[in-house]
Parts: sequence; structure tokens; C-alpha cells
Amino acid sequence: MTAIETRNLTKRFGDVAAVEDVTLDLTENRVHGLLGRNGAGKTTLMKLLTAQLFPTAGQMRVLGEDPRENVPVLSQTCFIQESQKYPDGFRPRDVLSIASGLYPHWDEQLARDLVGEFRLPQKRAIKKLSRGQLSAVGIVIGLASRAPLTFFDEPYLGLDVVARRLFFDRLLADFAEHPRTVILSTHHIDEVANLLEHVVLLDEGRVVIDEEAETLQSAAIEVSGRAEEVREFAAHGDVMRIQEIGGLATATVHACEGRAEQAARAAGLQVAPVSLQEYIVHRTTHATSSS
Amino acid sequence: MLDESKPLFIAVAEQIEDGILDGTYPEDTPVPSTNELAAFLRINPATAGKGLNRLADAGVLVKRRGVGMFVAPGAADLLRQRRRDDFARDYIVPLLREAAHLGIAPHELTAMITTEAPR
Repeated sequence: MTAIETRNLTKRFGDVAAVEDVTLDLTENRVHGLLGRNGAGKTTLMKLLTAQLFPTAGQMRVLGEDPRENVPVLSQTCFIQESQKYPDGFRPRDVLSIASGLYPHWDEQLARDLVGEFRLPQKRAIKKLSRGQLSAVGIVIGLASRAPLTFFDEPYLGLDVVARRLFFDRLLADFAEHPRTVILSTHHIDEVANLLEHVVLLDEGRVVIDEEAETLQSAAIEVSGRAEEVREFAAHGDVMRIQEIGGLATATVHACEGRAEQAARAAGLQVAPVSLQEYIVHRTTHATSSS
Repeated sequence: MLDESKPLFIAVAEQIEDGILDGTYPEDTPVPSTNELAAFLRINPATAGKGLNRLADAGVLVKRRGVGMFVAPGAADLLRQRRRDDFARDYIVPLLREAAHLGIAPHELTAMITTEAPR
């Protein structure tokens, strides 16, 4: 089944289109990466899908229905926002207690375990928490809610490397035991690359990539060798970037379903993989420079 | 830990194959489950499952309903035969190419192999 379906979804603020003409089908029970630079429209898109904002144009269906003023759909949805505001004087235990009543699939034991693992001070006022501890509050709610549709918008802010690893491992383990649809937005692409099954890349409000992560991981290769030979090779390929140093050159080229690699090896050139993060960087800078 | 030059599910499959060849997973014993592999390798369970299914399709693993995947009888021999078939392409061809770069003739190469091989 499709968890999220949008058709030409658009949101304008004045004459700025934050989300423009977005058409997506996101399959249920998978981990989808929503990637893009700051200001690309990721948060706006998630706010549209959770009915916190209303679209200017286009259609959307979330869990099969229009999410706007739709309590049954929204109670199955958990949106962990990067800049979540809490009422004055609230402590983590107050927030968790409210969350436990809000989400029908809430797992109290998991919440308690996570609070311990993230060393979250339960009785300290939320506004006195560090940025990382604030992120941890969101992560605990996002995981313990076990919502069939969970959005994490930059869940990593301020988290140290140990806590990031902890989030990754707990998300993976809980997702394996309790499959659900997860939309994960982050700039730490390398850290989550092996967790993502599907990737959407936004740039200036538009969808630039909507593809299986596995396809993207082999979408480009890096070819290196003597500058002349690399340039000669690059002349026949789909080149994203070429760099030279001394008499050597390295070209990042589209893999063309393995044909580029075959050709490069036949020409005696070195071939190396291009990571998802590097590929996204290439595609984003390319999209910007050509617009 | 995993070979990053290959699609992830193939790297997963090859890691299990290595375990079968070196005796970590003897015939008729279970291999790790999809979720165990996913947690251990820090990859999506769907990818881990795809790696295991690839081995099941190749007859290296057999599914036992409700229990999990087991190493098939004769799996190690099957893998050894397949890897022998690929040996020339994966090792000899690159070896000869590098030797040619360095001006090492095939008969010199043969002599080097004989010297290096443990007696």
C-alpha cells in the first residue's frame, strides 16, 4: 500500500514557492529519506503532510485519506519537529505522559528504556535542557509512539556521536520488530545511508531525485587515471565532475547501468564507488548551477 | 566491514558465503536471521533479507518454515566450485594487467608465484 501520495502538491508563501509541483508515492513500511539543503522545502512538505499547513495547490492522500482535520489519520501519525515548542514549565516526564495518551500504539517500556539510554533528566524544565537533550525528547516520543507513519525532521541536532549511534540502532531494531513508515530528514546522509530504502531529494521546493537507495548507491562511479585518458573517457560519458592534479585526473560519471564501469576498466582506468552522500552533493550542486 | 564497492545486498550475501566457506556456518546449521543481520551490520532489514534470499535462490541456503534459514547440504562445495570458476576473472586478469604495467613477463610471474607459494 501507499502511505503517502501527492499530486502536484504546492505551497507558496507570497511569491516564494517553498514546495512546488511535488508528485510522490511513498510505499508503506519502509524507511524513506527526505534529503536536501537548508531551505529546500523538506520541513514545509512534512508540515503539509501532517496538516499543519494547508497546500496552495495540488492533492495529497496520507494513509489513504486527506489528512486535513482528519483525527483518525493524524492519530496514526507522529511528527517529530526540529524546533518543537513545549509549554512553559513542562518537564520531559510531562511531555512523555501527554504523548502516551496521544498515540494509540505507545510503548511505555520502550519510552522508559530510551529515557535511560539517552540519560534524559526527567524532572528538569524543558527550557533548561541542552539542544541535544531536546532532540532526545523528540526521539523518545518518535520511537515509543510506534505510529504507523512517523516523521523525523533533523532528529540529530545537537546530539553527540554516541547518541546518534544510539538513535540509529534503536530505530533500526524497533523498525525491524514493528515495521512502519518512517520519513527521515537529515543532513547526516552517510550515517543513515544503509538504513534508507528509498530517497527523495528536494531542491528549491522541487523533487530532483525519487529513487530506490540501492539504485542511487550504484548510480555513479569515480574513474581515475592519467589525465589524458580520463579526459578521453569522459568525452564519451555522462560526467558530473572532473578534477585534475598533476598528470592525473578523477571524473565522477553516471554509471549507465554498469556500462561506464566496463568501459573504464577496459580502458585500464581505476574505478571506485561514489557514496550516496557524495552523489547527493553532486546532484544538488549540479541542479543549482544549471538553474 | 562490508565491501562498499558492491550493492549492499550482494555484500551481505558474500559475507554469509565467506562464513560458510570458512566453517563458521556448517551445513544444516542456521544462519543469522534478517533482523539479527540488520542490527549487526547496521543496515535496513529489507536489504539484509534480500541478501539472504539471494543465497536461498542460489540453493546455498534453505528456508525452514517458522525456524529460519539453514545452510544447505553441499553448500560449501557449491560455493567453492563457483568461486573457482570466477577465480581467473577476479584475480588472474588483474594480476596479469598489473604485471604488464610493470614489465613482468608471464614466465617471470610464474617463477614469482612458485617462490612465494608456501612449500
